[in-house]
Order: sequence, then C-alpha cells, then structure tokens
Amino acid sequence: MMANFPRSVWVIAYRELLRFVQDRPRVISSFGMPLVFLVIFGAGFGRLVGQMMPGVDYLQFMYPGIVAMPILMTSVMSGVSIVWDREFGFLKEVLVSPLSRSGVLAGKAVGAGIIAVIQGCIMLAVAPFLDVPVGPGTVLALIPLVLILSFSLSALGLLIGARMRSQQGFQLLMQLVIFPMLFLSGIFFPVSQVARWLEVLSKLNPVTYGVDAIRQAFLGSEVAGVTVFGHTMGIVDSAIVVAVVGAVFLTAATWAFNKRE
Amino acid sequence: MDVIEANNLVKRFGELEAVRGVSFSVKEGEIFGFLGPNGAGKTTVINILCTLLLPTAGAAKVNGYDVIKECNKVRQSIGLIFQEPTLDDYLTAEQNLLFHGYAYGITRKALEPRLRTLLEMVELWDRRKAKIRTYSGGMKRRLEIARGLLHCPRVLFLDEPTLGLDPQTRRRIWDYIRDLRKRENLTIFMTTHYMEEAENCDRVAIIDHGQIAVMDTLEALKDSVGGDVVSVRTEDNGEAVRVLKEQYKLNPGIGDGIIRFTVPRGEEFLPGFVSGFPLRLLSVGLARPTLEDVFLEVTGRSIREQQADPLDAMKQMVRRRGRHG
Repeated sequence: MMANFPRSVWVIAYRELLRFVQDRPRVISSFGMPLVFLVIFGAGFGRLVGQMMPGVDYLQFMYPGIVAMPILMTSVMSGVSIVWDREFGFLKEVLVSPLSRSGVLAGKAVGAGIIAVIQGCIMLAVAPFLDVPVGPGTVLALIPLVLILSFSLSALGLLIGARMRSQQGFQLLMQLVIFPMLFLSGIFFPVSQVARWLEVLSKLNPVTYGVDAIRQAFLGSEVAGVTVFGHTMGIVDSAIVVAVVGAVFLTAATWAFNKRE
Repeated sequence: MDVIEANNLVKRFGELEAVRGVSFSVKEGEIFGFLGPNGAGKTTVINILCTLLLPTAGAAKVNGYDVIKECNKVRQSIGLIFQEPTLDDYLTAEQNLLFHGYAYGITRKALEPRLRTLLEMVELWDRRKAKIRTYSGGMKRRLEIARGLLHCPRVLFLDEPTLGLDPQTRRRIWDYIRDLRKRENLTIFMTTHYMEEAENCDRVAIIDHGQIAVMDTLEALKDSVGGDVVSVRTEDNGEAVRVLKEQYKLNPGIGDGIIRFTVPRGEEFLPGFVSGFPLRLLSVGLARPTLEDVFLEVTGRSIREQQADPLDAMKQMVRRRGRHG
C-alpha cells in the first residue's frame, strides 16, 4: 500500500493543477476579491488610520494579508472539492483505483500548495505600487510559508469534505468557516489592538499565524503582531503552529476518509 | 479456473438487508449477468466485489485475491464501468485516460499505443482533445469502456452498462464488448434490468430481494419454463386466473395486465382453449419462452412492475439526465 503513496500524491496533484489551469474563471476570481478588498479598504480606511506603525501605512500593513487571501480561499476550496468529486462520480474512479487513500488526500494538499505558490507570485506584482520592498530574501521566505499555510488550509477543507455527502452544506461552509477565518486573521487589523474576545478568537484561528508570518517576511520582524502567553511569535514559531495544525487536520481527514462501510 | 468466487455474501445497511446470502462463481472468459429489478441488491454485490463496500458477512475472491484483505491487488486487476458517469468533466478525454493510466502505474510510453487502440475502437480518437462537458451520454459511456480497459484488467465489471442509452448506442456498445471478450479473453460480470441485455450473457442469475432465485445458462433457464408461453388478456383477469387454476390446473402469472402460463404443446392447446374458455378473451398470444417468462415464473411478477416505486423512478431519471447533460 505504501509503495503507491508517492505515485498517488503526484497523480492527484497533477489533476488539481490541470483543472486549475483550465478553469479560467476560477483563476480570475481568486484574484478579484482580494484586489477589491485592497482597493476599497485601502481607500476607505487608509486616510483614517494613517500610520499603523513607524514607516508602515495601512495599505502596506494590509498587503501581506491580501497575498494570503487567495491562498486561504483556493486552498480550503480545493480540499472541499472532494465533495464535488463525490457528487459528480469522479471520486469513485479514484476509490476503485489502486491509489492509496492517504496519498489521494496528500495529493490534493500538495496540488493546492503548488497553486498557492503560483498565486502568491502573481500577487507580488502589486507590491511595487504600494512601496512594499520585495527582494530575493522575501521571495525565499515566502515560498515555504505559502506552502505550509496552503497545505494546512486544504487539509481543513478535506476534513470538512471527507464526510460531507452533498453540496448543501456549502453555503454554510462559506459563512461559518471561510468568512470568519478571513476576517479574524489579522489581515485588516492588528489582532492585539482589538476587543479581548476578538483577540482570543483570532488567536485560535491558524490563518492568523500564517498571515503574521507572511507580514514579517515582507516588512521585517518588527511588525510581529501575535503574542501568545507573553511570547511574541516570530516567523518560524508561526510556521510551526500552522504546520502542526495542518498535520492534525490531515490526519483526522485521512481517518474519516479511510473508513470503508 | 474461477475468476470470481462469492461465498454467502451478506450486506446490511442498518435495518435493511440489501444482500442476503449470495453465492456464485464466474469462470474465465465468461459473460455472467445479474438480472433483477432496481433495489434487488445487484449494485451492492458489485460494490463488494470491487472493494468499495465491506460485506457484513461472507467472503469473496476476485482473480484469486480476497476482496477484504487484498483490496489493492483486486483493484489493480479489475476494470469498472459504473451506472453513473465517473469522468472528470473539466478535463479532455485524453487527460481522463492519462490520469487513469498513471493511477494504475502505467508509464506514458506504454500507455500511448494502448490509448490509441482503445480510443479508435470506441470511435473517439478524433474527439480526444475535447472536454468531457461537450460529450453526449453515449460518448461518455464509450469513453468509460475504453478507460476501464486501459490497464488490461482481467475482469470487467459493468453495472447497468447501457442504462438510459438509446437502442442504437446500446447495440454498438455490445458489439465492442463481444469483440473485446474474443480479443482479450476478458471475463465480464454485469448487472442489468433489461431482458434484451441479459440475452448477451452466457449465464444469468436472477436476483430478487437480495437473493439469487435461479442461476443457469440462458438455454437451460428458458427450457426450465417448460413448453410454450401462452399470453391472454381478458375482461376480468382476476376471475380468469381463478378459472385457469381451478379448471385447467395451470399456474398462471400476471404482469402488465397480461396473464401468462406455459403449456407443453402450445399450437395444439390453443384452438380448444379459445373455444372452450368461459370468459370473453380480448387477445391471445403464443411464444417461445423468453427471459421475461423465466423471471415471471421465478418471482411471480414482471420485472417492470417491480420498478413502480416512484423514488426509484425519479432517481433513474436524474441519473439519466446526468448522463445526457
């Protein structure tokens, strides 16, 4: 069974990529919403808020989170897409093939990771307009962070999708999972300067750590904004949190998915 | 050699006992069919044999591998064509086949000639670069047959292979299947509720309420009916059945408003019967027995009557629409 694992991962990741490349509306819409947020929130709050911290205005503060936004949405969706595969029958083709079950799930996560890196690179094109410096060091730090965040979030999507039988829960999912995760992630405001209950919720959200790490990759460690039990989380600390949460999600998803009735 | 062996398979879904002790074996190169109405447990048996479901009790081997313990070896050695389409609509035909080939561990080099042969056989080679979304129901089905054979399986499972297809496409698909069996010495296990389709089998098991009612070769099954089939329509079928039982000592079955019974020499029996029958006859027919008659004889009902369940009918309609769309 384990001999099939690497093959399963790449075959499934290959299909995810094929589908992404051929689904142009999806590619475009994954960038549309973040850019709309950037422009409208930037114009709306920018003047009001002024400097977030020395040398960082609101647009610059928000931008790293905007880079993370398409990753959040595409990755959760790519995990949940297993529900579509079930509904339209394709999952059956996968399940009767000799591909290993855990490899299939890992392949979905890996595919999502590769797509996320591509999306992240495209979002970098906006940086010069906002005076956000992008050097080779930034890109090098960004790639593993994006991979880890995307892996974790697609694992969450898979966990949700593993036992879901229809698309009915889908609206609910958007409202109860994706939007809260998006707004409670420190993309739009620093999580340490809000009401206590909001801060606690934000700190329970793994995306917060991903966004904070990405922000530090762009703007330096001075902007680190998440403190847990008095410890300020650096890039590596945050990356570890996201990776561990992702591993837990994926293990749970594999367990749920593996059960043969 | 037996390619499929099923031993007392039982499957329960909660309270519902979908399969109630099914045993059979299929020899190499044989076309074996499960004939029965919807909900008889046919698909459940296929799902157990292809490792999608675990049996509640009993055991089965496919190609000598245990379907419970050696599921990966079973999966590698079988091809499947399901009732509903299982293609990726957003990919092209060629991409769907390549995905399948890679999933079964075939290299691109080995894959290419085989892919071409199969696509040419199902007459889709010219359309290989088109997305599945643009395919008709019949084309999807043909592509699935090509895909199911891509990794050279030794057994092909067909679950209602021509459900919802027009008669012309149905005939063409059966031409491929017969051709394949000759060329690749394939063993075929299929389920159907179409009598005409079951005529393609070497052996048939009639399955009803999760159990095998009879199992034999087509000829033996038809001979078992005993003689010729007389079908009559009367003004009062209930009364006619009573008369046939009591005065004629026959064993009539009733289905679709027609009474059927068998008599040893039909052409000699009819003249006397028509003039002597006490009720007014609306129509009288005489035929050699068909599988439909066997079914009626064994279960006491016609296969169509058992599908009157509205939920089933709806499910089928949705499925059919899915295939056309």
